[in-house]
Amino acid sequence: MKIPITITVNGKKHQAEVEARTLLVYFLRENLRLTGTHVGCDTSGCGACTVLLNGKALKSCTMLAVQANGHEVTTIEGMSTNGTLHPIQDGFHQKHGLQCGFCTPGMVMTAADLLSKNANPTEDEIRHALEGNLCRCTGYHNIVASIQHAARAMNGASTTELPKSKVTTGELSMSE
Amino acid sequence: MTYIGKSVKRVEDKRFLTGKGKYTDDIVLPGMTHAYMVRSPHAHARILNVNTNKAEEHPGVIAVFTGKDVAEVNGVPCGWQVDFKNGDTMKEPPHKLLVADKARHMGDAVAMVIAEDYATAKDAAELVVVDYEPLPSVTNAVDALKSGAPSVHDEAPDNRCFDWELGTDKAVVDAAFEKAHHITTLEYKNQRLVPNAIEPRSAIGHYDDTNERYTLYTSSQNPHLIRLLLCAFVLGIPEHKVRVVSPDVGGGFGSKIFHYTEEALVIWASNQIKRPIKWTAERSESFLTDAHGRDHTTKAEMAFDADGNILALRAKTIANMGAYLSTFAPAVPTWLYGTLLQGLYTTPAVHVDVTAVFTHTTAVDAYRGAGRPEATYLLERLIDTAALEMKMDPVELRRKNFIPAFDGIEQEGYTTQVALQYDSGNYQRVLDRALEMVGYKNFRREQEKARQEGRLLGIGFSTYIEACGIAPSAVVGALGARAGLFESAHVRVHPTGKVSVYTGAHSHGQGHETTFAQVVADKFGIPLEDVILEHGDSDSVAFGMGTYGSRSLAVGGSAIVKSVEKVINKGTKIAAHMLEASEADIEFAEGKWSVKGTDKSVGFGDVSLTAYVPHNYPEGLEPGMDFSSFYDPANFTYPFGAHIAVVEIDKETGKTKLERFIAVDDVGNIINPMIVEGQIHGGVAQGVGQALFEGAIYDESGTLMNGSYMDYTMPRADDLPSFEVDNAVTPCPHNPLGVKGAGEAGCIGSTPAVVNAVMDALAPYGIHDVKMPTTSERVWNIIHANGNGV
Repeated sequence: MKIPITITVNGKKHQAEVEARTLLVYFLRENLRLTGTHVGCDTSGCGACTVLLNGKALKSCTMLAVQANGHEVTTIEGMSTNGTLHPIQDGFHQKHGLQCGFCTPGMVMTAADLLSKNANPTEDEIRHALEGNLCRCTGYHNIVASIQHAARAMNGASTTELPKSKVTTGELSMSE
Repeated sequence: MTYIGKSVKRVEDKRFLTGKGKYTDDIVLPGMTHAYMVRSPHAHARILNVNTNKAEEHPGVIAVFTGKDVAEVNGVPCGWQVDFKNGDTMKEPPHKLLVADKARHMGDAVAMVIAEDYATAKDAAELVVVDYEPLPSVTNAVDALKSGAPSVHDEAPDNRCFDWELGTDKAVVDAAFEKAHHITTLEYKNQRLVPNAIEPRSAIGHYDDTNERYTLYTSSQNPHLIRLLLCAFVLGIPEHKVRVVSPDVGGGFGSKIFHYTEEALVIWASNQIKRPIKWTAERSESFLTDAHGRDHTTKAEMAFDADGNILALRAKTIANMGAYLSTFAPAVPTWLYGTLLQGLYTTPAVHVDVTAVFTHTTAVDAYRGAGRPEATYLLERLIDTAALEMKMDPVELRRKNFIPAFDGIEQEGYTTQVALQYDSGNYQRVLDRALEMVGYKNFRREQEKARQEGRLLGIGFSTYIEACGIAPSAVVGALGARAGLFESAHVRVHPTGKVSVYTGAHSHGQGHETTFAQVVADKFGIPLEDVILEHGDSDSVAFGMGTYGSRSLAVGGSAIVKSVEKVINKGTKIAAHMLEASEADIEFAEGKWSVKGTDKSVGFGDVSLTAYVPHNYPEGLEPGMDFSSFYDPANFTYPFGAHIAVVEIDKETGKTKLERFIAVDDVGNIINPMIVEGQIHGGVAQGVGQALFEGAIYDESGTLMNGSYMDYTMPRADDLPSFEVDNAVTPCPHNPLGVKGAGEAGCIGSTPAVVNAVMDALAPYGIHDVKMPTTSERVWNIIHANGNGV
């Protein structure tokens, strides 16, 4: 049996009929073809499907599309405006916070939730906020740096560079 | 140079950051159907009957295929042959696309259900009734060698796939042990890891019967190799009618190198049903079917004289191959492992003996580092353990035994006891820098103070070397590879001076679209945005060997440089004609061909245009500016480095906190430091994962017990510190960019550093060994088992 729903996604109202068992993530990916939201696991462990539901981060594999009826969803496709990257997206670009890009949309959405609640998070607070999102490429170091960069850009946050990241790869400090 | 050596921001970022990346599962073809695999819940079972009637009748189901349907189709082949010591041929049982006789590991595919949509296929898969007769199974390689162990394959009743040895004459090694002052012995398991790229594997097969062409979209690290294996070995279809595309790929770490049965199945079945078929793994399937890594059981011994000089090393390893031979599996515990057991040390006698074994488990193959992390773990655990036993400083013990610095130009490469010649190295330098960063002398004082306070603070070292940039084709051919390991590149200069570069390497996070463009833009003296990199599509890229073994820049980048040089040489001919000068008087720099000693010059764009509008043109010269090259390296490259971990263990819980991680790596010349640094970070995180958290666990019935993200522990953001990374540069002497490779270094060096740090922390208890991963539970138990209850 199909159930009619109305969900506002990235500011645009969508009406559709879905099976009751359709997860929100599949509604976004398959019905709306918003494939930036990814599926990385089947146990809500990886966070690649994270979106914002009414502004709060949510793993879209944990919710049925019918449960999102009448609510507002923001996906990674809704973060930039007129081709200009959101400061969080730009932070990931500036600080090399992504490699293969698969976990990235979920990381950006989780970061958006964090920075909406805490404009000036410490390194520990950022790491704690990211514990629901797995990344296998970056070792998280540059994701943390990216979010700090975004916090500074968005909120004038005073977070400094990662205290221990005196990385000097670029200086080739040891070469003779 | 404008770009080389600069941390240029990645050009590929924007599509990933805006949700516009295109991974295989994002692709929808007209008329596409969906496949779901029926997999064995048993590790070992005879298949008595497969009843597909109900599934076939289910609304929306298009077809159900079983092992009987593909009985005449070849299985997926193994790409590397390692024969027994006595000359007998490696045991190579077939790996059929769907099994008809027996399931040999949990997750072995029995049937494929194809339906109009994914949910229907999954529903119908539950209606396939498989009549299994469960059989005894064996998952541990040591047990599999015991007499009476269940056989995985009739072709190898004793489960031996091959045995192998390498190194100094065994008698010489044993004699060195006889006269040793001290022998350090470790017996351990380098546990099985699950690679866990966050993008699950996915494949779309499309047979187009109007032109009898096939297209395979697949989440692969090497689309051309998949095409070759698929066409020539599995399906026997004409290679020129098959296009393989690896679009954006969400991480690989080795697990997406191999040719998997599902790739062949979707292509084969799409010809049966004449419609495209998509298959995407669920994470639980990834755990069961992506090739795993490591799984070595090893006894290693190192002999020392009274001064701490290493006299000899001997090692015996039993390597678990899993139920089937994956594409490169035989190379991993042999030529990628035994050859690295010289390490950074002048050890005069080294011998390694390996037995490769079939078990009722998922296939094991290359996972980030592939053999080299296992070799490094062996050596570096031995060194730190020996230092503890001999009451020497682990740093001093290393210094004493390091191979002296050599550049490979003035000083010859270093020939090891285990078949390699290192290209260039300066091992002391990276260790010195890492010690400076950690503040070693201070640390020991802090540690003393901490110990007095009853705190468990530890430091661990790892100084590693690896062999990457694989590899000379003739060499690997002699070692059993059934493929060449060159790389191809095609540089197409357009009439307006814009450049398309086609590489056979494949980027799945490494940032090739930026790094390779930096190289080309610099060499041509043109803006970075005038260069675009194409990869991953066999229709546009002539050939390629793909990305693994940290080879993309060292091998693929060198092929690009060759094509770039061909462009410049042809440009010189055109420019000489345009400038009415002799070729010998023309020089190329900063995007211009100039007549030496004059201000007469023509630019890159002018020459490009002239090549395509050849009105006034050198006689006999072909128009156009378009060059392909193949580069086959002269040797492996040998990155090295020093990693230091600092941990503190909570006595109450056994939990290890990684306080600091210092990595000083030498990966040769660097094109983009930002990207290299990112590669090191990611590699270190995976290595730390093995040390502290990860490991596949099979129960006695052969069930993978931790096959999900709820059960298999990978490092999360709050498990790791910020890393402290630096580097040295010892250029590779034998490739044009002087680069060595950075993709695996972090993962190769880090694991033993962390485990050594845990042991150093536990040293006050006299504990020298804890099984890896050194989980809180294990550490707590071993502290308490020794009567040190808190």
